[in-house]
Amino acid sequence: MTTTKSKVVYSPVFTDGAEFRIPTFKLLKQDGTLYKGGKKPDLDKEKALRIYKAMVMTRVLDERMLAAQRQGRLSFYMQCTGEEAAVIGSAAALDDADMIMAQYREQGALAYRGFTIDEFMNQLFGNELDYGKGRQMPVHYGSSKLNYMTISSPLATQIPQATGYAYGQKLAGDGHCTITYFGEGAASEGDFHAALNMAAVHRVPVIFLCRNNGYAISTPATEQFAADGVAPRAYGYKMDVIRVDGNDILAVHEATKAARKLAVEENRPVLVETMTYRLAAHSSSDDPSGYRSKDEEAVWREKDPILRMQRWLMKHKWWSEDEEKQLQESLRKEVLETMKRAQKRPPPPLESLVTDVYDEVPPSLNRQFEKLKAHIRKYPDAYPKSAGAVSETKKGGA
Amino acid sequence: MAKMNMLQAINDALDIAMAANDRVLCFGEDVGVFGGVFRATSHLQQKYGKDRCFNTPLVEQGIIGFANGLAAQGATPVAEIQFADYIFPAFDQIVNESAKYRYRSGNLFNVGGLTIRAPYGGGIAGGLYHSQSPEAYFAHTPGLKIVVPRNPHQAKGLLLASIHDPNPTLFFEPKRLYRASVGEVPEGEYELPLSEAEIVKEGTDITVLGWGAQMEVIEQAVEQAEKEGISCEVIDLRTILPWDVETVAQSVLKTGRLVVTHEAPLTGGFAGEIAATIQERCFLYLESPIARVTGMDTPFPLVLEKEHLPNHLKVYEAIRESVEF
Repeated sequence: MTTTKSKVVYSPVFTDGAEFRIPTFKLLKQDGTLYKGGKKPDLDKEKALRIYKAMVMTRVLDERMLAAQRQGRLSFYMQCTGEEAAVIGSAAALDDADMIMAQYREQGALAYRGFTIDEFMNQLFGNELDYGKGRQMPVHYGSSKLNYMTISSPLATQIPQATGYAYGQKLAGDGHCTITYFGEGAASEGDFHAALNMAAVHRVPVIFLCRNNGYAISTPATEQFAADGVAPRAYGYKMDVIRVDGNDILAVHEATKAARKLAVEENRPVLVETMTYRLAAHSSSDDPSGYRSKDEEAVWREKDPILRMQRWLMKHKWWSEDEEKQLQESLRKEVLETMKRAQKRPPPPLESLVTDVYDEVPPSLNRQFEKLKAHIRKYPDAYPKSAGAVSETKKGGA
Repeated sequence: MAKMNMLQAINDALDIAMAANDRVLCFGEDVGVFGGVFRATSHLQQKYGKDRCFNTPLVEQGIIGFANGLAAQGATPVAEIQFADYIFPAFDQIVNESAKYRYRSGNLFNVGGLTIRAPYGGGIAGGLYHSQSPEAYFAHTPGLKIVVPRNPHQAKGLLLASIHDPNPTLFFEPKRLYRASVGEVPEGEYELPLSEAEIVKEGTDITVLGWGAQMEVIEQAVEQAEKEGISCEVIDLRTILPWDVETVAQSVLKTGRLVVTHEAPLTGGFAGEIAATIQERCFLYLESPIARVTGMDTPFPLVLEKEHLPNHLKVYEAIRESVEF
């Protein structure tokens, strides 16, 4: 028989969970000073600057690459704009060997881990140096050396995988955990619920980091769930939960650091809901003017997480206007130069069409590939990207 | 008649269906005030209200489960899955529920009012997850109907027929043609028959069969073949399940040759089913092996999409090889 420890009542009592109001954790005000009573953050200059530089790099990359998309140099792009603190503050609270399983808007975490602008560009242009071999749309990054799982477009599929990955880490006993990122929209998928329940049942060291950025493409969070955000769901799974101002780099960092401690030391999965705002369009294919007002965006532009951190750094004399100018200029220059380089590189080899489907190319697929090569040799003008690879001189060795 | 692109024709069909019957509902991710990411449901919420056209939470299995329930209750839901690549969380609801509702209840209950719309197909630099053609997965499921239109006129007539058909119907829309395909579309209500292939062009030497966006590819290939004196009969299958064997078989009995083409991978693709059935029906009349021109047996690529896709040159080559066999 199913038992519960709850008390017994003798007339019907309904409860709507209103007693579970989840507070929002904040440390840093927009003017760069701490809230009164806010605990002084445990963040040294070196780490603070590493975080800040990753945020600025993400912003500059996003601005330039959206512009490149608008100029037709790139097929597609997605910006992290407005959410840099939620993404980078949390990634910075981890050990660099912890696993990151992201959704698609978390390039900031990758920038923090040390993914170079060259590496970003190679993926964006799908050239021969792209680790993903030109197979996926722009922004589907991955890096095994930086412990960043390759992005998959279908939403929320990474969340239960994070539970499984972290369970493996727990059994391996190396003291590492996994963080998985997702939006408040993706949290509606069945995969989200499966992931949280399994993590709680199996006591898995995983951090579920929700970027509640207000919109799933055009759908506002108010049409996504009736509840007060995503955080209350953790109670249903008996999971620790914290809600944090997602534009507050210090609060996000502190909260995630504490979450990691629970996960790694006590095998307690944690849900972290960061309250933020997707300042950019969903993607370069989207136009938010069809579903939200400029005024609404302006309110959030005032809460810029990067500016907030910059003010905090400057108050500490850890950063100056000159350094800011220098960083912006050098990043812009590097992005432009790297983009030119990446764009000129040839596409991945024709073989990349058929490799990695399995560990080895099966004979049936190899026959299809041979037929394709013969076809391209017959119509080289129709296949400018690959004609060179199958020309007579290279026959057999392509 | 009015000149429309395919999105406008689909929007027009939905508008007509909703105006005629207040039990017709349109819902899915972003379909409400925004009108869907492709704008196929533009203005429907403004016109028919939030109770009948609305955004759902982002959960495909929920959308189709909800739609199954609505249909069982007697409504006529037209549920949108944003991309066919994202239909798989709803696979259980479609394959085990929509398709089997009538059969398992002895016809006490059915979800015949259900129509699921989803954009499918490649050619838009969409990579692995914005390019797939999943029709064959569902073609393995008795109880479903699967419809794919090739142009605006067909889209409107076939969508209205799908909405009115008393069986759960998957309506896969070739998104590459959403804005690219423009044509004359009759005003007001009309239907085109389900499970009837259309002979788009008569010919004598070879039958070339496809559906959806592939019909445009066939048109180009056939144009080239005809310049060389090969007379092609072109058939648009239109409904994948249950499919019109008779029209295809009669054509192949006449021409003796068949090329089938689709974007989905070769192995397990619906061309295999067509080839098997037609060789049974037409064995002694066949002059050459039935040819399949399809995507390769790989996930859908990005940079080398052109190499992967069964384009007009590959279809043309198959026509020639078949005739010269």
